[in-house]
Amino acid sequence: MAVVTASSGTDAPPAAAAAGRAGTLRRSVQRNLTAHGFLIGAVLCFACFQWYPMVREVIMSFQKAKAGRTTWVGLHNLDQIVHDPSFWPAWRNTAEFTGLALLFGFALPFVTAVVMNELRHARGYLRILVYLPVMLPPVSSLLLFKYLYNPEYGPIDRSLQLLHLPTSGWLQSPDMAMLAVVIASTWMNMGSATLIYLAALQNIPGELYEAAELDGAGLLRRVWHVTIPQTRLVLSLMLMLQIVATMQVFVEPFILTNGGQGVEGSTTTVVYLIYQYAFNFSNYGAACALGLLLLLVLAAFSVIYVRLNRRLES
Amino acid sequence: MSDTRTLVNPAQLNRTLYRAALILVVVAFTLAFLGPLYLLVTGGLKGTTESIQTPPTFYPHHIEASNYSDAWSRLNIAHLLLNTLWYAFGALAFQLVLDVAAAYSLSKLRPALGNAILGLMLATLMIPAMVLVVPQYLTVLDLPLIHQNLLNSPWAIWLPSVANAFNIYLLKRFFDSVPQELLDSAAIDGAGPLRTLLSIVLPMSRPIIGVVSIFALVNVWKDFLWPLLAEPDPTRQTLNAGIYSLSLGVPENVLIAASAISAVPTVIFFLIFQRSIMSGLTAGSLKG
Repeated sequence: MAVVTASSGTDAPPAAAAAGRAGTLRRSVQRNLTAHGFLIGAVLCFACFQWYPMVREVIMSFQKAKAGRTTWVGLHNLDQIVHDPSFWPAWRNTAEFTGLALLFGFALPFVTAVVMNELRHARGYLRILVYLPVMLPPVSSLLLFKYLYNPEYGPIDRSLQLLHLPTSGWLQSPDMAMLAVVIASTWMNMGSATLIYLAALQNIPGELYEAAELDGAGLLRRVWHVTIPQTRLVLSLMLMLQIVATMQVFVEPFILTNGGQGVEGSTTTVVYLIYQYAFNFSNYGAACALGLLLLLVLAAFSVIYVRLNRRLES
Repeated sequence: MSDTRTLVNPAQLNRTLYRAALILVVVAFTLAFLGPLYLLVTGGLKGTTESIQTPPTFYPHHIEASNYSDAWSRLNIAHLLLNTLWYAFGALAFQLVLDVAAAYSLSKLRPALGNAILGLMLATLMIPAMVLVVPQYLTVLDLPLIHQNLLNSPWAIWLPSVANAFNIYLLKRFFDSVPQELLDSAAIDGAGPLRTLLSIVLPMSRPIIGVVSIFALVNVWKDFLWPLLAEPDPTRQTLNAGIYSLSLGVPENVLIAASAISAVPTVIFFLIFQRSIMSGLTAGSLKG
């Protein structure tokens, strides 16, 4: 830098100025080479496993691959998936899972966090307990739930029988299968949301509760007028993240019910259908087209979320 | 934190009422979250007849520890465990080297087009992971330009794990807070960028390196679909995918024993690192 300022002076010989500029250029190129050298490994991985697959996803949804040859088929894939009899049920099941998972998975962690925040003892123990299932390998948890739900010897139905309560066969029953999947999923995943809400609750200034109390607000009104508004940002962000995450549900129905086989596909979700197209029928075009459709739906949710959030902000 | 005022006024709180509520909550949580784990461990200890008898037993009357050894050998758990460790620590090494270098470059070396590259990386966070599984799988089958098939090789787990925008974002945010004057004075002393990274930036970034490392290990450990697809050979799978693949024809109590065994390493890991795991969780998500 010093060279540049010196050479730009009027009495410096022009040759020295040119040499100075060339030196700066060389140093700038060198600096950039080093910087890109540090970056290149990660960029190559992104290119191979994120950016290129993204482009390919779009291209392949308009192609058919047969015997190693790909041909453009336009909207044929879309046409095919829309007319698949499993198409609408898969969306309905996904919506049902998302709805139920939000009902449990959104409300339960919040209530849990509020209760935990009130307690002055055992908080560390409770935090470990709620987060423990999050750390387990999902297949372990799901095989456990499959055993618990078993209609013949599973402890849940056995205990219900013992208490002379109606049993339901859970995963074998078309009406209960999705609820059973949601319960297992909530148990496995609610820990992280609980801890995030707990952290948000701990940042609420105590004076707000005091002021509300002085104004005569009862317990529920304090929740409604202090707790929820004060955690609104985290709540809305988590709601959005959970919608996007639950609409991609796959492992739970895959392990617990194989997509609800035998119970009329009552837990076949959209991602499960993508998996079937790609890995059971090797129909990559249809799988990608359905994936693109899911992407569009989720993108629409994100747009709505951003709009609503902006309105709430102003 | 514990003395700040919360929803209920502590002065008005009846002590016996509080005690009762505390006990109720502790019991309910223990039943809800440890109960299933208890059934997992004891279910694996029950013999075949006992696990299907009515009424169900709430503890195994005849302990059949052979289920556990049976599961260990039939599902080849030692092998699956070694695979998982190999994949998880390999992914950790790749992520630490390549993601730290990239974040350092974007934060401190500021290359041309750096912001555009960061933008493209962050954009991948918007794309739901499951949507890309199919083209990613095909990419692993035939890597662009060099036409390598990575199927059944650890690279198929290691390399995609590097393409993690969340890690790079967390690291970059942290590196941004390292004062530039420190780096300038190191440069005056003649330290190159690599030297500066290793002896100034990294020692200051221990907390975030810890968070990223834990996420890296946990992600490989918990992943199911990707290892199932990328490592179709059951002897090369992770615990998660392997137990599923090998579960056909295995009696339920042996399978439960296998699930219990595969949960042990993560539980131990969690109990050791729980403080950093839980603080990493909130640090990572609240700043988004």
